[in-house]
Amino acid sequence: MATLLEVRNLKTSFLSAAGTVRAVDGVSWDVEAGETVALVGESGCGKSVSALSIMRLVAEPAGRIEGGEILYKGRDLLKLSEEEMRAVRGRDIAMIFQEPMTSLNPVLSIGRQLTEGLEIHMKMNPAQARARAIELLAMVGIPDPERRLAQYPHHFSGGMRQRMMIAMALACNPSLILADEPTTALDVTIQAQILELMRDLARRLGVAMLIITHNLGVVARYADRVNVMYAGRIIERARAGELYANPRHPYTLGLLRSVPRLDEPRRARLDPIEGQPPDLTRLPPGCSFAPRCTYRVERCTESAPPLAALGAEHCSACWEAQRLVRERAA
Amino acid sequence: MALYILKRLLAMVPTLLGVAVLIFLLLRVIPGDVVEARYLTQGSQFQSQELMDLERKKLGLDQPLWKQFGSWMSGLGRLDFGLSMWTASPITEEIKLRFALSLQVAIMASTIATLLAIPLGILAAVKQDSWVDYAVRVFSIAGLATPSFWLGTLMILAMLIIFKWVPPMVFTPLWVNPWDNLAQLIWPALAVGYRYCAVGTRMMRSTMLEVLREDYIRTARAKGLWLKLILTRHALKNAILPVLTVISMEFAFLLGGLVVTEQVFNLNGLGMLFVEAISHRDYTLTQALVMLVATFFLIVNFVVDIAYAWLDPRIRYR
Repeated sequence: MATLLEVRNLKTSFLSAAGTVRAVDGVSWDVEAGETVALVGESGCGKSVSALSIMRLVAEPAGRIEGGEILYKGRDLLKLSEEEMRAVRGRDIAMIFQEPMTSLNPVLSIGRQLTEGLEIHMKMNPAQARARAIELLAMVGIPDPERRLAQYPHHFSGGMRQRMMIAMALACNPSLILADEPTTALDVTIQAQILELMRDLARRLGVAMLIITHNLGVVARYADRVNVMYAGRIIERARAGELYANPRHPYTLGLLRSVPRLDEPRRARLDPIEGQPPDLTRLPPGCSFAPRCTYRVERCTESAPPLAALGAEHCSACWEAQRLVRERAA
Repeated sequence: MALYILKRLLAMVPTLLGVAVLIFLLLRVIPGDVVEARYLTQGSQFQSQELMDLERKKLGLDQPLWKQFGSWMSGLGRLDFGLSMWTASPITEEIKLRFALSLQVAIMASTIATLLAIPLGILAAVKQDSWVDYAVRVFSIAGLATPSFWLGTLMILAMLIIFKWVPPMVFTPLWVNPWDNLAQLIWPALAVGYRYCAVGTRMMRSTMLEVLREDYIRTARAKGLWLKLILTRHALKNAILPVLTVISMEFAFLLGGLVVTEQVFNLNGLGMLFVEAISHRDYTLTQALVMLVATFFLIVNFVVDIAYAWLDPRIRYR
């Protein structure tokens, strides 16, 4: 399959009172046409900033993309003019945000918010846009779409609003959707519905998806490939099944152990990862996970390990990856 | 909605009644009455008590308070404000021209202020912390700090020195000679409008800054809308509500509150009439003026409430 989006050595930082926060620190990953890739990590590890960087919507002037390339179909998005970038947003790459309650404009009707993108990107007239909007609402499973168009976001429940966000994202047939914690703000029962809907629609329409989440359960069910982020860097990358079966980084291992599993005998308690994520303004010189790591050796605090290939489609940034594998096998 | 409008209109009646009782009593608490005021100003304090009593009887001031109030109310019911106690001419006649003048100044000042404040406030918010923003902020803080009568005095001085122009002594209504009328009123409108505009600009800037940080603005940007469309369609409609309140209350205030500015520009507006009526203890005229301004406030308030419902679908009235 063709590579749709390739992020190379992306660096995004924020200026804060405490100093420069390297939210995304030289990250590379890619998405192929039609596949679903997950970006996983704790809050504050740079997942959302990565997505906003792709859209070039990092809040300026505090936030700044400092380097790297974002190649979309071979074109570097970071080199586009603002007007060229505007034409890409919503048309080629669409985004779904975390908070459905605040991400829709409260004073504009559902119809207005659905049709405006169609009118601008697809040059539709109001009647065509309206017809398409009805089609979209029906597609995301909102009953009685014609009547719904005249309503406002406050008439919709959280789940309905997120369906509406999905409809909005799909409106102009984008080839990539960035979904930033699309279900975090929803009830657990609704979460599954929304994720199923997203997966089915993405498959049916051949849209590639980047799912940003901290929920490993989501990753297991819906992603083809997974990138695990920690402190602004990717520390492990693999196909979803492979990552679960053979984690090659102590952080990933820790994450998996901290989640209860139904397919294993019940343990007395979960094993959380000890300690706190590091302060991004003062990263330690070596591996940023080293202070919390049980596999730590002297080398870890001296130099940061690179993301190295450990077999087909599996990379890990850990000096002790081999030992980890051996010990787990034993 | 129609039912709501009807209810709101009916609710104005008790409010106005309260205003009427209050002003009626307050006026009579002030020492002295119109008869005393007249003879005092004429310098003949030693008028006979009989003559003054006769005068009071003619004006109905000898009646018990509830009777005076009753006859005033029954007059109001027929939209008859009665005669001025001071000039003995119909109050409608007294007020007519002055109301036209004050209303025109208020409308001109608020038009100027609104047309400047909204774009300036948006511009400052969009270009936050740039030189444009600083320029707008200096402009608006200066506006808040400058009393309009002082600005008016400066304007007159400048025109006197440069163009040898003196503010005319008489008011030319718009329907008599529009050009003369506008040439006369544009200056007080500008002098008053500056402060007004400053208030509006600051409000617009701060609400706009707040709205621009909202998630739905980010959503709108992620949809690939033009900045202009994001500002006008997505941001302005949310940010305008508090600005609308400030602008309209300021507008209602202008109608009766421009005493000093009117004096500077030699305009016989409602503000001046207010001061005269009270110093003359002209009960009937003062009462009529208060009722007029109160009604005006209520109507402006009502229109703003309707505008709120129209702009923000979350507000629905019952």
